[in-house]
Amino acid sequence: MGEIMEIKDLIIDDRQRGVFRVHRSSLTSDELFQREREFIFSRCWIYLGHESEVESPGDYRRRTVAGRPLFFTRGRDGEVRVFLNSCPHRGALICRRDEGNAEVLQCFYHAWSFNMDGDLIGVPDQEAYGPHFDRGELGLREPPRVESYRGFYFVSFNPHVEDLVSYLADAREYLDLIVDQTEAGMRVVRGSNKYTMKANWKLLVENSLDGYHLVPTHQTYLDYISGLGSDDSGQTASARIVGKARALGNGHCVIESPVRSGRPIAHWHPLFGEEAREPIAQVRQELVEKYGEERAFRMADTSRNLIIYPNLVINDIMANTVRYFEPLAPDNMEVTAWHLAPRDESDAMLATRLDSFLTFLGPGGFATPDDVEALESCQIGFRATETEWSDISRGMLRPAKSTDELQMRGFWRQWHANMQGFTHTNVQDGPAVEVEAEAELALASDN
Amino acid sequence: MTTASQPTLREQVEDFLFKEAALLDDWRLDDWVDLFTEDGRYVVPTTDLPDGDPRRDLVFIDDDITRLRARAVRLNSRHAHREYPWSRTRRFISNVRVEETGDGELAVSSNVLVYRFRAGEGAPYVGSVDYILRRDGGAFRIAHRRAVLDLEALSWHGAVSIIF
Repeated sequence: MGEIMEIKDLIIDDRQRGVFRVHRSSLTSDELFQREREFIFSRCWIYLGHESEVESPGDYRRRTVAGRPLFFTRGRDGEVRVFLNSCPHRGALICRRDEGNAEVLQCFYHAWSFNMDGDLIGVPDQEAYGPHFDRGELGLREPPRVESYRGFYFVSFNPHVEDLVSYLADAREYLDLIVDQTEAGMRVVRGSNKYTMKANWKLLVENSLDGYHLVPTHQTYLDYISGLGSDDSGQTASARIVGKARALGNGHCVIESPVRSGRPIAHWHPLFGEEAREPIAQVRQELVEKYGEERAFRMADTSRNLIIYPNLVINDIMANTVRYFEPLAPDNMEVTAWHLAPRDESDAMLATRLDSFLTFLGPGGFATPDDVEALESCQIGFRATETEWSDISRGMLRPAKSTDELQMRGFWRQWHANMQGFTHTNVQDGPAVEVEAEAELALASDN
Repeated sequence: MTTASQPTLREQVEDFLFKEAALLDDWRLDDWVDLFTEDGRYVVPTTDLPDGDPRRDLVFIDDDITRLRARAVRLNSRHAHREYPWSRTRRFISNVRVEETGDGELAVSSNVLVYRFRAGEGAPYVGSVDYILRRDGGAFRIAHRRAVLDLEALSWHGAVSIIF
């Protein structure tokens, strides 16, 4: 390899002619992958976890985020703290289980002990270090920045990153639409989907926001749904898919569509069974009283697929999912998906919600395996290097629908700006728009 | 002269499990679904929560007979892309234990190793499969089939696209 294009040439973005192309080395090159680690994953806000995963003092969860082993925990004071999972002494992992509850974590290698605030509280044979040994300097390290928005925790390894709310830009309102579905708050259901795709992580960004692929790729799911008599529109699937795509700034993007089957909040469908009809109608009524008909309509009767740049997907569709993907190599990623549910939901509604998730979603569902196949198929296709470009132009010269590709262009424009060292850019379509790239003032690499 | 001995209960159950395995390896999925009772269930918990309860927890698969039939229809079509063309699988079943539960049902547990080969790669699914079997004349029917993976994540296959 060795010979790569200049970064600025990796994307063709002709807003006059409506042509948008991505050079496929962006999805295969080792050098660009390393550059992403530095220019994107070490500089942006990256999702860590949800507050409900550490409910009680001492609860902890282990994660790998942007390549770093981390764990987060809830302290006795109720605060969530995040630590780099590496002993300040000689490096061994401190937290060696994926989840648990502890008052003290002891490194198994030399038995240094830490409390859940990260303080070093025990060193065997400490006298050997002499009188100037300062335990205070050797506590567990934290990521440079940790912030949360309505229960969603993010970390950044860039001390100078903008605050999380500014970073989330217009994506924030879409998180509100989920969290506002219940006053009791959302929680992560036990059990997660962990799977690997031998494909570049950006293909999963595209796929997660791709209204165009639904009908051709997921025909068996759509057939199953209509076979159950739950196709309530009387139209063909493709005719029903209208909706819009939006680029929300900072690379975050969304597609929003009228509901296609059922939504546990709060759109009843025959699939859910007669007994669920009344409780769902009641939830919908409460939403109308609280937020008015317009916002209640959006919450209950429309579905959304949202990307929080760079690698978090939140789906508010037939179930609420949080999907995080950790790039492992240019052609490999590890995916973890969780299921969000209202804390105060009845057992019956929870069962309905879980069932709704499984039909479409997850590696044992009727759709996700097909996406795994599609993405791996693309990645193998990229070996035909003579086909140099992927085309992402759909809907570029019209107000974008959910089956268009504006949401992918919005992501790619942000990626392209970041890879050139800029933090902000104009992610929207539109002819002859001046691209205002903004250089990052202080970069993580300065520190 | 030796007399032909009656097969033990375990041998009868093993014969049933071996036949089931052959149906799956041969992709005779409609025949496989017919092994289930009308109230039958097929459950695969997630890799991080092997004791997951489908009513409360997220699992990979929780099929009643309707969804199980739909799964067979899907896998028999040309549109279950992860399994079109079908992968080659080979199942090995061992450590079969059988317990009569008193109400005419049998609680069966087994160790299962399934090698799956496709698109130039091969890797195993490993785990246990537990059954509740009901007697149906001389045969058995599956009232419950719970397949628990020992894998820590779906790192090799990316999905549970076959029947495990």
